[in-house]
Amino acid sequence: MNNVFVYIELENGVPADVSLELLTKGRELATTLGVRLEAVVLGHNLSGIEKELAKYGADAVWTADDKEFAPFRTLPHTAVMCGLIEQEKPQIALFGATSIGRDFAPRVSSALFSGLTADCTQLEIGDHKDAKTGTEYKNLLYQIRPAFGGNIIATIVNPEHRPQMATVREGVMRKEYAAQPGAGEVKPIEWKKFIKDSDLVVKILDRQIEERKINIKGASVVVAGGYGVGSKENFKLLHELADVLGGEVGASRAAVDAGFTEHARQIGQTGVTIRPKLYIACGISGQIQHTAGMDQSSMIISINTDPDAPINKIADYAITGDLNEIIPKMIKYYKQNSK
Amino acid sequence: MKKQLKIVVLAKQVPDTRNVGKDAMTPEGTVNRAALPAIFNPEDLNALEAALFLKDETEGATVHILTMGPPRAADIIRDAVFRGADGGYLLTDRKFAGADTLATSYALSCALRKIQPDLIVAGRQAIDGDTAQVGPQVAEKLGLPQVTYAEEILEIKDESLVVKRRLEHGVEVVECPIPMVMTVNASAAECRPKNARRVMKFKNAMTPSEIAAAPDSAAAKMAAEKPYLQIFEWSAADVDPDENQLGLLGSPTKVKKIENVVFQAKEAKKLTGDDKQIEELMVELIASHTLG
Repeated sequence: MNNVFVYIELENGVPADVSLELLTKGRELATTLGVRLEAVVLGHNLSGIEKELAKYGADAVWTADDKEFAPFRTLPHTAVMCGLIEQEKPQIALFGATSIGRDFAPRVSSALFSGLTADCTQLEIGDHKDAKTGTEYKNLLYQIRPAFGGNIIATIVNPEHRPQMATVREGVMRKEYAAQPGAGEVKPIEWKKFIKDSDLVVKILDRQIEERKINIKGASVVVAGGYGVGSKENFKLLHELADVLGGEVGASRAAVDAGFTEHARQIGQTGVTIRPKLYIACGISGQIQHTAGMDQSSMIISINTDPDAPINKIADYAITGDLNEIIPKMIKYYKQNSK
Repeated sequence: MKKQLKIVVLAKQVPDTRNVGKDAMTPEGTVNRAALPAIFNPEDLNALEAALFLKDETEGATVHILTMGPPRAADIIRDAVFRGADGGYLLTDRKFAGADTLATSYALSCALRKIQPDLIVAGRQAIDGDTAQVGPQVAEKLGLPQVTYAEEILEIKDESLVVKRRLEHGVEVVECPIPMVMTVNASAAECRPKNARRVMKFKNAMTPSEIAAAPDSAAAKMAAEKPYLQIFEWSAADVDPDENQLGLLGSPTKVKKIENVVFQAKEAKKLTGDDKQIEELMVELIASHTLG
């Protein structure tokens, strides 16, 4: 009762990074609250999965192991998650803000009438006093997220309803082994009693999942382009610079929406969050939903024709000028001086 | 399809948060919301196109918009009608104010119970919140299966649709029986433009409130006479809700605090693009082992 749940998403049978990041955060929250951290895994052939989860501090691992749960389908997952939550009554339930988490966490929250905050960038425990009623609440989950296109930061609480549910994007939280591993006690879910025939009406006919090719998160240098890059053609220049510097190419949402590059490269609140050694922002104005995903970079260089672009306020170096002239110069002088 | 599909598109009028230009920023560096134009939520247009595609491909299908919002949200219903929708419903009431996604989904589900559609199509998410919650929550409230992130309808069967879904790292093809809720991704087909003949025919489409606001105008008189020009307008009472589940009262999530984002200026070294400065920068990056 009153524990912290983390839903564990599987990628090729192993826990996804985002789930391990959430376990790390969940461990911190559970310790602060003095409760247990419990992982929930729904999938197939799960034996041994608890070992990895225990390293991140999971005290218990709830499992539903059956082919009905792999690949993921909304309705069986929702039914089992709702059944388990009603049985165990956790106070907090965390989900990755992935194709899977964003598909079924809202459905779970609707069925349980518990609030869900999407795409949180910080989670903290704190107290709350209702301004109208004066009621005081101890140890609520502060769900902190940018809103309104990233122009405001909102702190959301769910005073009356449990569990307090939140989704978090991959890369936002740090992933670390717990100081002391959890027991990782396996607890099979009696899932058959939660599932109805009507939960099995959607059929998966085909799936084509690509291996992740683009590794922006692991890159120590990221050359990122925004709407100001102007075209798909001009993005090639960013690739040239990234190749020379041994980095990866990233992009702002505006550049992805404009079709200059693929979504897998998107950095920011609705993309990935990264902390490279060097971030070169090319033609990026620097709205908060973008900077939320890169402002912890060790060094930021901005290239922009607008000397007053907001990105320049967080940059270490602000170069004012046309990226089509400046990038070739960077390539040239890097090559000349690096040997 | 065996039956004539009754399709409802859930749509939202949103502030255009994608293009927060300098004009929309206050001197303090915060956003002046009033300066942002109100637009048809982009992915809801993709949803509308998916619905219109089904209308084209099947016999006797109808497409109506359902939107919850202030009276001016009737604009997006007209917009949708100009592009090919048959009509729309505006759900508007002060009682809906302050709704989080759950209370919004509840209000929409009450209206949908009244309309009884075979297919509910919505954009994946709205750009003012980016939560992607309302589609799945409406599906749950109505006890319907959901297909999220739809990119293309591959096959229309007698009692089901075969849909290609766009996931983070790939695609999935699913078959889902109707009635169902489908949310549509930005990667799906773009919405067709407004049709000039439809604009001429439907430009005076109005809600009862809009007619009442200027009863003597020629446009209002015309709208009042012709049923096809009338946009349905429903208050909370019209959709028989449990009022405890509406608006702020029906919202489990509460906003504790809002902070406007103000960029904290730090000392950026300002450079021009001249060769000497760029060379010095690259030399410094190499020397500090930031590069290499």
